[in-house]
Amino acid sequence: MTLTRSDIEKIASLARLALTEEEIPVYVEGLSRILAMVGELQRANTSAVEPMAHPLPGQRQRLRADAVSETDRHEQYQRNAPQVEAGLYLVPRVIE
Amino acid sequence: MTAVHGKGVAELSAALRARELSSVEVTRALLERAATHQSNLNAFISISAESALAEAAQADARLQAQQGGPLTGVPIAHKDIFCTRGERTTCGSRMLSNFISPYDATVVERLRAAGAVMLGKTNMDEFAMGSSNETSYFGPVRNPWDRARVPGGSSGGSAAAVAARLTPAATATDTGGSIRQPASLCGVTGLKPTYGRVSRFGMIAFASSLDQAGLLTRSAEDAAMLLGAIAGFDERDSTSVELPVPDYRAALEHPLKGLKVGVLKEFFDRGLDPAVEQHLRAALEQLRSQGAVIKDVSLPHLPLSVPTYYVVAPAECSSNLARFDGVRYGYRCEKPRDLLDLYQRSRGEGFGAEVKRRIMTGTYVLSAGYYDAFYLKAQRVRQLISNDFEQAFHEVDVVIGPTTPTPAFELGAKTSDPVTMYLNDIYTIGANLAGLPAISVPCGMVQGLPVGMQIIGPHFAEERLLNVAHRYQRESDWHRQVPPGYA
Repeated sequence: MTLTRSDIEKIASLARLALTEEEIPVYVEGLSRILAMVGELQRANTSAVEPMAHPLPGQRQRLRADAVSETDRHEQYQRNAPQVEAGLYLVPRVIE
Repeated sequence: MTAVHGKGVAELSAALRARELSSVEVTRALLERAATHQSNLNAFISISAESALAEAAQADARLQAQQGGPLTGVPIAHKDIFCTRGERTTCGSRMLSNFISPYDATVVERLRAAGAVMLGKTNMDEFAMGSSNETSYFGPVRNPWDRARVPGGSSGGSAAAVAARLTPAATATDTGGSIRQPASLCGVTGLKPTYGRVSRFGMIAFASSLDQAGLLTRSAEDAAMLLGAIAGFDERDSTSVELPVPDYRAALEHPLKGLKVGVLKEFFDRGLDPAVEQHLRAALEQLRSQGAVIKDVSLPHLPLSVPTYYVVAPAECSSNLARFDGVRYGYRCEKPRDLLDLYQRSRGEGFGAEVKRRIMTGTYVLSAGYYDAFYLKAQRVRQLISNDFEQAFHEVDVVIGPTTPTPAFELGAKTSDPVTMYLNDIYTIGANLAGLPAISVPCGMVQGLPVGMQIIGPHFAEERLLNVAHRYQRESDWHRQVPPGYA
């Protein structure tokens, strides 16, 4: 399977990744090779198999009670934020 | 008498409790050693000298008052994928190079509660994506057996640190072989428990249906001691399984008589270095001489595990890593023009080449029109692989094969083609796809480089794996070999 430059640009845009001009051909080649290797899967006959939903047979995702379990620690968490003002995360203006 | 750094967890535990050594004395010696070898191995991302010595002093006080448990005062290192409260947790990435975690991962919390002393955080492939430790933002780790070679990955720092006697043990994680492959290449013991056995709360997610926390140690006995401390139910991880934790140490000596060992035909079929095979055959013979019954087993779909993995893991990674947006934490680009530019450049600059490759692969296989052909197809093949193992475990108690096709390769040898690098995990990925526990133990040396034997068991058979590994280690000394210059 061979991808093109425009395929990579589209994937990068979906993944919200800015690529440099130099990176694009590297990913065109790398992803093409990976998809060719992954293409081997088509050999397997899976017509009678359900997609695996959990690595442990019979296990289901547990749900917790819908109750408050955390205290408010936003000040502590926001110490890791690139830009904060008055307890709010700052981003560039979204609505002009 | 063995030097302090030569002692493993069990030995240190005994010496500390007998008050032959103090934790401060052990911790100081190891901190010094870790700092000295940082320039030649680069095994650590952070060394926490001050807090480690404070923890060691507390441990000594407890030991003095005869309140300590088996791990009180024993130093360990954590892979830098585990969040550690108030300290930097980078996951080997520029994206998190300044991230200070507000909380402890459950694994960290439990070892802290057991009295273990944290020496620091070990280097790793960025976001655990890699098999050579060359994708770390903090530079590659070198293999103590030959510094021109890789230690394996992604837990390369943990494996190199244990092999070079910088720490008696280290935590690690395994998504496709990231504990067992470096264990094999560095000559240490590496245990990946069953999916759900150890809590992943606070362990930075890569591929959530595969990720599991585990250990790198000098012996199966040490792994048994530590697994007892970190395993068990945690309500903060929704995949954590509610099962009691057995006393892993109690089962170690169980005789192997009658144990049914399956030799994985597919693992010996292609690409296996004949010198590695020879060591494996000798190891199987040793188990036979202890009463194990060896028989061939076949897992016909296992050769499809690499392509299956390289759909499932990137798909889950693209979803998990969507949280890094440059807004709430992590790297943010300079002077974003607008919100989209902020997202795209923060991620483009914050992530390294391999992480971006996997995010894009995952984005592609999940995108409209390809989801059925790639993702659902891979999940169906994954079920077939899992069924193969289940079938095999009707006939045998454990299956054994090599951990890696070859000993450690040179730095840069496999960086140009991602697929060549991915094939390094050909023997380890199956256990992750099926959620099974597996352990790698040193079983020989090939031209001065260690190689490992992999033992895979049914779900929650960690006791049996540790038992087989321990009985093997009682009759062999491959796990006691020390890299030249690190004795």
